[in-house]
Amino acid sequence: MKLTLWTYEGPPHVGAMRVATGMQGLHMVLHAPQGDTYADLLFTMIERRGQRPPVSYTTFQARDLGADTAGLFKQSCMDAYERFKPEALLVCASCTAELIQDDPGGLAGRLGLPVPVIALDLPSYSRKENFGADEAMLQLARALAKPMARTDHVSCNILGPTALGFRHRDDVAEITGLLSDMGIAVNVAAPMGARPSDIARLGAAHFNVVLYPETGESAARWLETHHGQPWTRTIPIGTRATRAFIDEVRGLAVAARLPDTARLRQPWWSASVDSTYLTDKRVFIFGDATHVMAAARVARDEMGFEVAGLGCYNREFARPMRTLAKEFGLEALITDDYMEVERAIEAVRPELILGTQMERHIGKRLGIPCAVISAPVHVQDFPARYSPQMGFEGANVLFDTWVHPLVMGLEEHLLTMFREDFEFNNEAGPSHHGGHAPRPMGLEGAAQPAAAEGGSMPPEDAPLPEPVVAASGEVIWLADAERELKKIPFFVRGKARRNTEKFAAERGVWQISLDTLYEAKAHYAR
Amino acid sequence: MTVLPALPATGCRTAPVLRERGQREVFCGLTGIIWLHRKMQDAFFLVVGSRTCAHLLQSAAGVMIFAEPRFGTAILEEKDLAGLADANTELDREVARLLARRPDIRQLFLVGSCPSEVIKLDLQRAAERLTVIHAPHVRVLNYSGSGIETTFTQGEDACLAAMVPALPSTEARELLLVGALPDVVEDQALDLLARLGVGPVRCLPARRSGDLPSVGPNTRFILAQPFLGDTHAALMRRGAQPIAAPFPFGAEGTTRWLAAIAAEFGVPADRFAAVTDGPRARAERAVAQVAERLRGKSVFFMPDSQLEVPLARFLTRECGMTAVEIGTPYLHAEIMGPELDLIAAGPTISEGQDVDRQLDRVRAARPDLTVCGLGLANPLESEGLSTKWAIELVFTPVHMYEQAADLASLFARPLRRRALLGAAQEAAE
Ligand code: SF4
Ligand code: SF4
Repeated sequence: MKLTLWTYEGPPHVGAMRVATGMQGLHMVLHAPQGDTYADLLFTMIERRGQRPPVSYTTFQARDLGADTAGLFKQSCMDAYERFKPEALLVCASCTAELIQDDPGGLAGRLGLPVPVIALDLPSYSRKENFGADEAMLQLARALAKPMARTDHVSCNILGPTALGFRHRDDVAEITGLLSDMGIAVNVAAPMGARPSDIARLGAAHFNVVLYPETGESAARWLETHHGQPWTRTIPIGTRATRAFIDEVRGLAVAARLPDTARLRQPWWSASVDSTYLTDKRVFIFGDATHVMAAARVARDEMGFEVAGLGCYNREFARPMRTLAKEFGLEALITDDYMEVERAIEAVRPELILGTQMERHIGKRLGIPCAVISAPVHVQDFPARYSPQMGFEGANVLFDTWVHPLVMGLEEHLLTMFREDFEFNNEAGPSHHGGHAPRPMGLEGAAQPAAAEGGSMPPEDAPLPEPVVAASGEVIWLADAERELKKIPFFVRGKARRNTEKFAAERGVWQISLDTLYEAKAHYAR
Repeated sequence: MTVLPALPATGCRTAPVLRERGQREVFCGLTGIIWLHRKMQDAFFLVVGSRTCAHLLQSAAGVMIFAEPRFGTAILEEKDLAGLADANTELDREVARLLARRPDIRQLFLVGSCPSEVIKLDLQRAAERLTVIHAPHVRVLNYSGSGIETTFTQGEDACLAAMVPALPSTEARELLLVGALPDVVEDQALDLLARLGVGPVRCLPARRSGDLPSVGPNTRFILAQPFLGDTHAALMRRGAQPIAAPFPFGAEGTTRWLAAIAAEFGVPADRFAAVTDGPRARAERAVAQVAERLRGKSVFFMPDSQLEVPLARFLTRECGMTAVEIGTPYLHAEIMGPELDLIAAGPTISEGQDVDRQLDRVRAARPDLTVCGLGLANPLESEGLSTKWAIELVFTPVHMYEQAADLASLFARPLRRRALLGAAQEAAE
């Protein structure tokens, strides 16, 4: 038993729903009680889908338990087939149905439906959403992919995109364009956008491009073994990784051309002098392992940030995550407990967080700007505009979205010069953010009415905890030093406080005076 | 003198009910925690369930993360199910940890879920045991919010019903207001009742556990929410007597609700008129303004919160709408009787659900407005049908006079929006 307040991932059947909902011509029957139908709103509200997910729920009740839940399940399968006439039926059990052990696969298999019935075994008490999606895709490939001759012209499949995925819609478009630029056709992109009949012809591709290992790797491995298709390991997030991805693809498709890079602006945007202020910004990165590992490299090598902490919530990827962290001289935080993440962020006091919607809330509470780089995400992370994370346009988008929450370069200097100005003061926050300015650490966080953004809850008005001054324990700030610290603009104040305390502690100084503050400042000058 | 609008010649109390038993598209009772934990400020709700339960709460709450919420889920793991770990020991440990971290908590609700019920985890005994361990500081109660037993708002009913047996006894003649109302609404109700000279008035649930009401044979209680059937029965078992009335939605509903209380407590007619005439006229004026947009329009209620019947009464009687179908997850004949009397015969009254068949009926009727859950709203909108998400009706202050027009606005806004966007589109073409 484990106490959980908020979760990064839903249960595995939600992962399976992400696969089914992304596809066309597939229907899923989920053996589950009525409350589990909440999952529909993830797709219709958060992703703004205009169709219901193709899922029928048996919605068994207590009175059915002693009677015939298996009969109910069979009826639901037959009704769903009759009404929706899918090309294939996916069946599985939610956490409650797993306990009553009705064997959905066996029951549906014996109905003699004229379409393939694919059963998923989803252990709800040990696995989570990404597993469910990955497993669903694997089982669809196993059940449907036929042996097949390769296309004459070189082609590949794109594996991993699902409904409710973070920017999957635009990533697929961007990478499809990139590949086509190189002279490579996309045979099938799956699961999102594919039909069961498309899954059947996965084997026609020459190789597979795995964009999201969390939800596509098992299928890629199976296709490698059974259909002899190699697959790409590089995730094309950022300029360098996109170039490395192109090299990897050219290794698999020898005749491929180099793509056009005219639209790539990120390297120059990063090199131009206005971006100097980005140098050594301390960032904390948390999310799913794939996005975090890619973001960490981009942050260090393409933005000139200092990665001050990183980690992921999906334990399945703990090993590569730890290896990468070591390369950065850090210890990876592997946890799905958001309170632990919050504590880590509080301790590190970064100047920017790259995270999920959970970290956005943490950032809001702590007054630290945050850009979202990974699922889970909320309605505002499904923008109307084209906004990929991958490929060259993705690199441009990363630059813009990561820089946006920060204070601009020149503005930073003006704030330092005029910090006592009553209008132009550092509590005002970035001028391009209107009312949505991040609050300085320690002041009351910005809890906004949910209704403003489609959330339905009134805000929690509980007072926010004051951050503990000295993380190290006994360091005391003398009044004049404390006053001086307050004059430092809020976006560097956290760093100044942290450095000074560290500086003091290293020297065995337990009282911070004005002198200590400026000694430390001199020490850390770079 | 207070004059109320006439009853229809034929109401809906005896209308045939279409009972359906197919796929339901509704939340389970766990959802109630989202408003209950805000109402009871020293209570914590600990769901004993699965990752699905935790995910439901998070999704229904709009994925809002504000500090540390006063609810959480103790997620059952494989070892709990395989009997490798004793679920009770595990629960005791989690509760001890939680209470140590949250010394402000005075009431702890162990909330049962489908998984905890299917594995027959006895939360009643757990609550008794934990009450002994954590007395006197914390009282531990239990109820089920599981989807196999409760639908959406029934979670609040189960919670309040669980509180009733533990309430202290009294012989006093008091009025008990039952149902979690937003504080602003509750204050308005208390103020009106005070001016009517009705009192003392207590509330269930109370904002803080120190203010919990007592109950006994001289208690008269009135429901402020229509979905509290079990609480109604539990209070009667304690000897309390119910006051039957329509619910305080709209000017008429509020007046009839107050009038029923006034009759029970012998409030003189002139005093009643003096207190209610002003706010009632104001509410009627405000509603009439908003109702311009609703008049003559049709409405279809999908089953959701059990507020459907009173809301249909409000929309048909005060806003000039016609109801096509009034679907409700559960129809409590006694509690809904006074409401059904007020609705003119005509609409289909349905109980339970078979969502695909019901959607067929929606598409055939093409109502001007469909009141439905979040999972159905955008799909219907994309078919050109205006919708109102039902969950907002539970989260927004909509009871009593001063909110009557807000309630009407909730229904008018989607129509207004469609008209605005449509007009803009026409202008562009
Ligand atoms: S329906 Fe049951 S399993 Fe599903 S969220 Fe509700 S209590 Fe949990
Ligand atoms: S409404 Fe505010 S708090 Fe909620 S997700 Fe949006 S930005 Fe975050």
